[in-house]
Amino acid sequence: MRNLIRFILNNHFVILFIIFEIVALTLVFQNNHYQNAYAFNLARNISGNIDSRIFAFRQYLHLHEVNRILLEENSRLRNSLLSSNKLMIPASGDIQSDKAWEQQYNFIPARVISNSVNKQNNFISIDKGSNHGIGPDMAVISSEGIVGIVIGVSPNFSTIIPVLNIDLRISSKLKESGYFGSLHWDGRDPGIAILSDIPHHVTMNVGDTIVTSGFSAIFPEGILTGTIDDYEIIGGNFYNVTVRLSTDFRKLNHAYVIESLFREELFELEEKTGYD
Amino acid sequence: MIKVLPINIFRIVILVLLQVYILNNIQLSGFVNPYMYVLFILLLPFETPGWLLLMLGFTLGLIIDVFTNTPGMHASATLFMAFLRPMILGFIAPRDGYEPGTFPRIYYYGFKWFFQYSAPLILAHHLFLFYIEVFRFSDFFLTLWRVILSSIFTIFLVVISQYFIFRR
Repeated sequence: MRNLIRFILNNHFVILFIIFEIVALTLVFQNNHYQNAYAFNLARNISGNIDSRIFAFRQYLHLHEVNRILLEENSRLRNSLLSSNKLMIPASGDIQSDKAWEQQYNFIPARVISNSVNKQNNFISIDKGSNHGIGPDMAVISSEGIVGIVIGVSPNFSTIIPVLNIDLRISSKLKESGYFGSLHWDGRDPGIAILSDIPHHVTMNVGDTIVTSGFSAIFPEGILTGTIDDYEIIGGNFYNVTVRLSTDFRKLNHAYVIESLFREELFELEEKTGYD
Repeated sequence: MIKVLPINIFRIVILVLLQVYILNNIQLSGFVNPYMYVLFILLLPFETPGWLLLMLGFTLGLIIDVFTNTPGMHASATLFMAFLRPMILGFIAPRDGYEPGTFPRIYYYGFKWFFQYSAPLILAHHLFLFYIEVFRFSDFFLTLWRVILSSIFTIFLVVISQYFIFRR
């Protein structure tokens, strides 16, 4: 017994190191999935407060660029207004009433207050939370294209898992032919993502547009994802398509959170029918 | 011991804020990210007992982890670096040992000594951190390249700080 105690005392430095290292590595392995954002919501709330102050200052530096993008979007939206279209009624056609349309998606504007692109598991924080109607699993886009999915919500802030996180996969399709696959990031270039599972008989060209497929209840169909940069057949029967992302994550300033108003209904139905 | 406590608490706060709010936002092509907060471990007095050294390394890493959403990664890397420190200090000790009342700085022991002391420790920290973060060997050389570039950047910042802030 005395020898044991002497051994521990003599080697306490190494033993202490091993104990601490086991604790640290356990932390790493237990939290390797993106769910860990929930546990870190408290720290998010504190650092979110400081971040938003620093960001309020930094935003001035990007005003010019942001203005340009907003103007472009405004003009695009204005073009699709009813008042900028001419009503063309056929001589003997029946007129569709406004009641035929019901709002399906609600857009909540938000500012990005912290962001990173240089890690394997990047996260984004925005300055809107459950007080503003945001909940987990909502889609996030920018005026340029997709951004990611909300995973953690506190009353005034939300954490987003962006496309630039190796744990996220988003169902996307080729706009022209409609074939769909899963889009994910390989952890290298923050401007490039990989679209896999496209069958080898599909024809495509460099520069073709990739959009979201709308198969998950999260993203609406047809949100711009990016353009094809390169493609090759890996191994068997599927293409590996390199996609140049349309959103530049390095200067992301504003984002829109998309609330799907029919999501509950779809979930209930899928649950009732045992759909997996 | 009591005398160096306030200055070290002050130093830890400043270094964490500097790391989280300034250095983590330097994103040179998504490749280079200096981790200058390890300077705190480098600057601890020679007489720091081993158990305290390990505890400080673990705690410092954990604080950075909380801010960057990476539980355990910085803690394990900084702990590893704290573990190596006494050995490195032993390897490069001057012939008569370290004089009482001096600190591990360029001012006391010169540039060559300080470089031999900080470079291996920073390299070890970055190696551990980047490979834990990537956690696969498929991009081995890409990660190694990131480790080397980031280490050079961190060593540069640490040495610069010796000339401008810790002159004495």
